[in-house]
This record gives sequence, structure tokens and C-alpha cells, in this order.
Amino acid sequence: MEITSNWYLILSALLFSIGAIGLLIRRNPLVMFMCVELMLNAVNLSFVAFGDRLGDIAGQVSVFFVLVVAAAEVVVGLALVVAISRRRATTTADDLSVLRG
Amino acid sequence: MDFSAALPVADVVAFNRPAIDWHAASPELILLGFGALLTLVDVIFLDRAKQYTAALAGIGLLVTMVPILTLANDMSETGPRVMFDGAYVIDEFSLIMKAIFILSGYVVILLSTNYIAEGDYWESEYYGLMLSAILGMVVMASSRDLISIFVAFELLSIPSYMLATWKKRSLESNEAGLKYYLMGVFASAIMLYGMSLLFGASGETILTKVNASLSSDPLTGESLSSSTPVLTLAVIFVIVGFAFKVSAAPFHNWAPDTYSGAPIPVTAFLAVASKIAGFVALVQLVFVGFYARADVFQPLMWILAAASMIIGNLIALRQTDIVRLMAYSGVAQAGFILAPLAVAGDVGDQALASIVSYLAIYAAMNLGAFAVILAAARKTGSTSIESMNGLFSYAPGLAVAMTIFMFALAGIPPLGGWFAKFQIFFAVVEQGGTWAIILGVLLAVNSVIALYYYASVARRIWADQAPDGDLTPIRIPPSLGAALVLTVVATLVFGFLPGAVSQFTDVGLIAGG
Repeated sequence: MEITSNWYLILSALLFSIGAIGLLIRRNPLVMFMCVELMLNAVNLSFVAFGDRLGDIAGQVSVFFVLVVAAAEVVVGLALVVAISRRRATTTADDLSVLRG
Repeated sequence: MDFSAALPVADVVAFNRPAIDWHAASPELILLGFGALLTLVDVIFLDRAKQYTAALAGIGLLVTMVPILTLANDMSETGPRVMFDGAYVIDEFSLIMKAIFILSGYVVILLSTNYIAEGDYWESEYYGLMLSAILGMVVMASSRDLISIFVAFELLSIPSYMLATWKKRSLESNEAGLKYYLMGVFASAIMLYGMSLLFGASGETILTKVNASLSSDPLTGESLSSSTPVLTLAVIFVIVGFAFKVSAAPFHNWAPDTYSGAPIPVTAFLAVASKIAGFVALVQLVFVGFYARADVFQPLMWILAAASMIIGNLIALRQTDIVRLMAYSGVAQAGFILAPLAVAGDVGDQALASIVSYLAIYAAMNLGAFAVILAAARKTGSTSIESMNGLFSYAPGLAVAMTIFMFALAGIPPLGGWFAKFQIFFAVVEQGGTWAIILGVLLAVNSVIALYYYASVARRIWADQAPDGDLTPIRIPPSLGAALVLTVVATLVFGFLPGAVSQFTDVGLIAGG
């Protein structure tokens, strides 16, 4: 059986869904970051698969931008978690409930 | 998988440096230069430079206005300037939005000067990050390409996550930052997935080419109805990503928590500049990228606009904190600004002009309201609505200013907001279809609901007693006073001389390049 770019697109849709569901149901901020990374990597896979199908180098080029920006985002996110865990013993998203109304 | 098609190793072409129009790029370059200069000054002079960083950032923004004015002056001769095959375009629309971003950034720096210095927060990093967020917005106004829209979006978002957490030792601020961050990266991941689908459906990343290949098959000229499911999904994902940024319902949950936990100047920045940047991206996508597929984006915009207006206004009615009230009223205002996009395919540049003038007026009156909240909190130390009670008895100037902003936000003539609301209303009703009329009725009903909570703030200021009978006046530092004067004047001018706004905001359809 030949593996076409559709297989990669289906895989990327699955990865994206797993990441999105994980982000919505998990309560540990670190795991939530990992879920976001999973979503971004699903996007990368989908860009590459479409680039291959269309014979267009722009798909691969987009991946570089996504990778660089994702790295910058994680740096900020981890810094936020460190800042919060210095203030309290445990860090789950449910503990962050000072603001409501 | 056959990689030879994607990686044409055999026929590598020489890299041709694209021509760069330095005049057109100079606003961005100046902002970048001042941002780098701020960081450098901090590293070299350490604490001795602290007191000058706010002034340096403000000067940087004012210097950036110079090339924007010269570019606007040249626009009638040269027409839109197009760079990088149409990925980056300087036209009337982008220049107006850049001016709005820079002026509202300047007002936010005026608001921040004393707040940041007195709160013993990190100063030079604050202004450096603020300038890079503004740089992202300025880039956004010219981006006509999926990748540059994405990069501009992240350039303005990532510094904003840090700014929202600036009160590092306060649990509220930490929580505000983390909620904003998680919602923001979730939104950008959704938006990116939509962009990858859009790239797959059209084979292009430049918006004009996306539009051309979405409307018809380039070979046969037939309309591409077969790709509609993928295309619909792509458009929904991209728009949902930006709906988070503009806090449109049902994607508004982060906004009240982030606004009330973040430092107040940052809240003003997020509620005005950052939100307008989201709208600029939506407008560019709708009017350049998806314009041929009104059947896909119009129903989606209708739902977002109606839901935002209704949900925002109804929840705003029972708020007890003025910042949260402003957050929910901002959700409702987002619904107003989205409404013309629901008829954009039929009405065209009238919808565009109404959005641009709403954004200009929205920036002035919302920044002004936050300036008053900031000034009042200097005395009361609180942002509850009760703390505004009897403001007139000890700070009559602030009371008058707040009344002007509240009635302007509610849309009472002759203050700024009425002109904006009327233009939106006429653009929507102009289309004439049943759904457009229903949306027009929703706009009218929601203006009345909004009047109730805006007027109740004004009533507390004028009629109620000050808490504990404490009538010591508020000392307003010069920079905060300047911000108040600027926003009051802008709100009044926009209201009394609507022609002055529409002369600038009456832009034709956005140039795609």
C-alpha cells in the first residue's frame, strides 16, 4: 500500500485533536504546555504534507517560522510557571482561582 | 513519499535579494531601533538610566510618527507601496492603523510612567517589551500574507503575556498572565492549523493569491465548490484564532480575569491596542484573503457579533468591579465592530470605513476611561465600582472626564461614540437582507442595554456620597494628566466634528499588492 500525503494529513488532524483535548482537560500547566506543543507540531506536519502535495517549498518554509515562534512561546510560558510555583507549593490550573466573578 | 517535487535540488536558483523600500519600512525600523536602544541603555547605565526610560520610549513613538506622516503625504502620488511580492503593503488603511497603534501606545506609556515607577517594577524591560508589542501591531497593519500575519501576531502577543504578569509578586497578576498565556497559545495554535489548511486548499500564502485561487479554479475558471468543507474549516479556524484576541464571545473567558489581574496600564493596552490589532488582522483576512467567499465568513461573523453583543452586555450588567465591567463592555464593543464584517461581502468599503472609524474612536474613549480608573485607584487603591462613588465631590475634573467617556462609550450624541455606532448601524442595514435587519435590531437593543450600566457608573460619580466621607483630592501626576487631556479632546473632537474622522477613515478597499 502506498503512503500518500493524505495519511500525514490524517495523522496531523489526530495529533491536533489530542493536543486540543489534552489542553482542555488536563490541569497541570506543564502538561498543558506539552499539549500546545503537540498542536503546533501537528500544524508543522500539516504544512509539510501540504507542501509536498502541492510541490511548493512555502510549506517547509512556514515550519521554520512556527518552530522559532513556538520556542519563544515556551520560554515565556515556563518563566510564568516558575514565577507562580515560587509563590505557592502546588501549581495546578484549578488553584489559580483568585480572580472570578 | 516523493520528496523530489518539494525539494528541487537539481535546479537551485540563485537567491535574489528582494528590493526593499526603505522609506516604507522606516516606521518599523525606527521602533525596532528604539526598542534595542532601551535595552542597551539599561544594560550599560543600570539604575542611573531608570528615570529616563519612559521618556525615551515616548520619544521613540513620536519619532515613528514622522515617517508615517511623510508616507501619508506621498500616498497620493505613489499609491500603495508593495514589497515582497505583495506580502507587505503600505496603503491608506495600514497607515491609519499604524498611527492609531502608535498614538494609543503613546497614551499607554503616559499612563505607565508613574504607575511603574512608584510600584517598584522593572522599568526599562517594561518599555522595551511595550515597544516590541507595538512593533508587532505596526507590522500587522501592513501584513498581507499568512506567515507575516502569524509572525506579527506572535510579536505582539508574547510581550503582552509578560506585561500582564508584570506585578511578579502578586498572585492575581501571575494568574492573569498564565490564563492569558494558555488561552493565547491555544488560539494561535488553532489559527495556525487553519492557516495550514488554507495553504493546502489554495496553494498560496499571500492573501490576494489566496483570494484568487479560492474564488475559481485557475485552469478552468469554474468555482471551486468541491473544496468547500476544507475551506470552511480553514476559515473558521483562522477566524476563531483571532476571535480570542479580540475577546469575542464565546472566546472571551480570559478577558475579565486577565484585565482585572494585570497592571492597569497593561489592561488599557490589552483592551485597546492589542484588541485593535486583532481586528486589523480580521479585516485584512476578510477584505483581502476571503473576500470571494462571503458565503463562508459572513454567517460566522454574524454569530460571533450577535453572541458577543448579547453575552457581553448581559454579564456586564451584574459586575461590581469597574475593570471587569470594562472587560465585558469590551466584549460587547467587539460584537459591534464585528457586525459590519457579517455584511462585508455585500456592502464592501462602507463596512470597512465604519470599522476603521469605530476603531479610532474606540481607542480614544476606552483609553480615557482606563486613565480615569487609574487616577481614581491612586487614591482609593481599589477598582470596585463603589470606589467611584462621589468622585465629583473631591475630583470634579476626573468626574467630568469619566462622564464624557461613559456616555461616549454608550453612544450618546454629541460625544465620539454616537458617530461610530451610527456608521456601523447604517453599514449593516444598508445590506437590507433579513439577517442584516435582525443584526441591526440587535445593535439597537444592545446600545440601550449598554446605556444602563454606563449611566449607572455616571450616577454613582455624581449622586452618591464618597466612601467614609473622605474628600482629600487626588494628586494627578503630569503624564497622567496629559493622557487624560489627550483622550478627552479626541473623544470630543470625534463627536462634534465627525467629518474630521471620516475624512481620514474613508479608505477605499485595502490594496492587496
